[in-house]
Amino acid sequence: MDEFSTADIVVNLLLAVRWTLVLTAVAFAGGGGVGLAVLIARIDRRPWLSRAAKAYIGLFQGTPLLLQLFVMFFGLPLLGLEIEPWMAATLGLTFYASAYLAEIWRGGVEALPKGQWEAAASLGLHYVTRLRLVILPQALRLTLPPAVGFLVQLVKATAVTSIIGFTELMKTADAINNATFEPFTVYGMVAVIYFALCFPLTTYARHLEGAPSR
Amino acid sequence: MSGLDFGWLPGAAGDLARGVTTTMMLIVVVTAFGTVLSVAGAAARRSRSRLLRQAVASYVEVIRNTPFLVQLFFIFFGLPSLGLRLGNVVAAVIAMTLNMAAYGIEVVRAGLDAVPRGQWEGGTALGLSRYRVFVSVVLPQALRVIFPALSSQIIIIMLESAVVSQIAVRDLTYEADMLQARTFRAFETYLVVTLIYLGLATLMRRAMQAGAYRWILGGRP
Repeated sequence: MDEFSTADIVVNLLLAVRWTLVLTAVAFAGGGGVGLAVLIARIDRRPWLSRAAKAYIGLFQGTPLLLQLFVMFFGLPLLGLEIEPWMAATLGLTFYASAYLAEIWRGGVEALPKGQWEAAASLGLHYVTRLRLVILPQALRLTLPPAVGFLVQLVKATAVTSIIGFTELMKTADAINNATFEPFTVYGMVAVIYFALCFPLTTYARHLEGAPSR
Repeated sequence: MSGLDFGWLPGAAGDLARGVTTTMMLIVVVTAFGTVLSVAGAAARRSRSRLLRQAVASYVEVIRNTPFLVQLFFIFFGLPSLGLRLGNVVAAVIAMTLNMAAYGIEVVRAGLDAVPRGQWEGGTALGLSRYRVFVSVVLPQALRVIFPALSSQIIIIMLESAVVSQIAVRDLTYEADMLQARTFRAFETYLVVTLIYLGLATLMRRAMQAGAYRWILGGRP
C-alpha cells in the first residue's frame, strides 16, 4: 500500500468535500421544493390535508435520520428501483429537509398579521395568488435566519449518509483512516473542515437574526 | 407491496426490548450529566473570568458546527492516539453529553437572561451569597423558560444517538442491524425500528410535558 503523507490526507479530504457540498445543495433545493408543497398542505383549511402534512413533518422530525436513510436504502428496491447509495442519500436528505423547512416556513406564515390575508382577499386575489404574491414571499423572508440555521444542520446531516455508503467527506475519512491508521489526524482534520463549512453559515444566520456578535 | 414479511417480529421482541432499554439508559445518563454541564457552562459564560467565558463559547461553537458522527469517531478512534482509550459506551456517553451541553448551555443562558436583574439584586440585598442567589432564586425561575427547550434537546439527542451503533454500542439501531442480518428482512426491520423511535420520541415528549406542568409550571396549561 502506498504511503499517505499528511498532505495527501488533506488533499483527498478536500476533494471529497465537493460531494458533501453537492449533496447539501441538492437536498436543500429539493427539500425546499417538496417542503413548499408540504407547507401549502399544512396551512390548508381542509383538516385531512393539514393533518396529513403534520403527520409527515412529525414522522421526519421524530425519527433518527440514520433510520430514515436505511428505510429508503432498503425500501426503494422493493418498489423495483435499482438503488445506489447516492440515490438513497439524496432522496433521504431531501425528504428530511422538506419536513424541517415546511415547519420553519409554517412559523413564518403564522407570524404574519391576519390583515395580510384579509387585504389580499379583499383585492379579489385567488387563494393560490394570495399565497404566491402576498403570504409566501413575506413568510420566507421572515424565516431566513432559521432556514440558514437549518442549512448548517443539513451540512452536518450529510455525514450520516457515509453509513449507507455514500462517498462524501466522512466516508472518505473512514477510508483514509483504514489506510493510514491515523484516526486522530484524519478525524481531527475532518472536524476542522466541517467547522470551516458550518461556522460561516452559523455566523451569517446570527447576523440575520440581528443578534449582537460575540 | 405484498412481499412484506413481519413473521420474524414476535421472535425479535426480546432483542428490540433490550435495544430500547440501552437507548433509554443512555438518554437518562446523558440527560443527567448534560443538564449539570449545561448549567455549569451557562454559569461559566457569566463568570468574571474572560478566559473561562471564551473557553466555554469556543467549546459551544466547535460542537455546534461539527457533525455528531465526527465527534463520536474522534473521541472513540482518535483519542487513543493521545493515550486516552475509552470503552465504546463511555465514548458514546461522553460524545452525547458534550453535544447536549453545547446546545443546553445556550438554552440555560437564555433562561437566565429572562430572569429580571432585580431578582439578583433582591437576593444579594438579603445577604445571600452569589452562589445561593443563583441556585435558590434565579435558577428556579429560569427553569420555566429552560424546560421546554431543554426537553426538545433531549429528544433530538435521543434521535441522534442512533449513530452510536456504528461504534458497536448495543442500542436499538444496533439490534436492528443484527436482526436484519439474521432475518434478511432489512426494510421491514428498519421500518419497525423507525416506528419504535417515533413512539419513544412521542412518549418522552408527553412525559416531559406532564412533568413540567406538575413540578415546574404549576397546574394544568
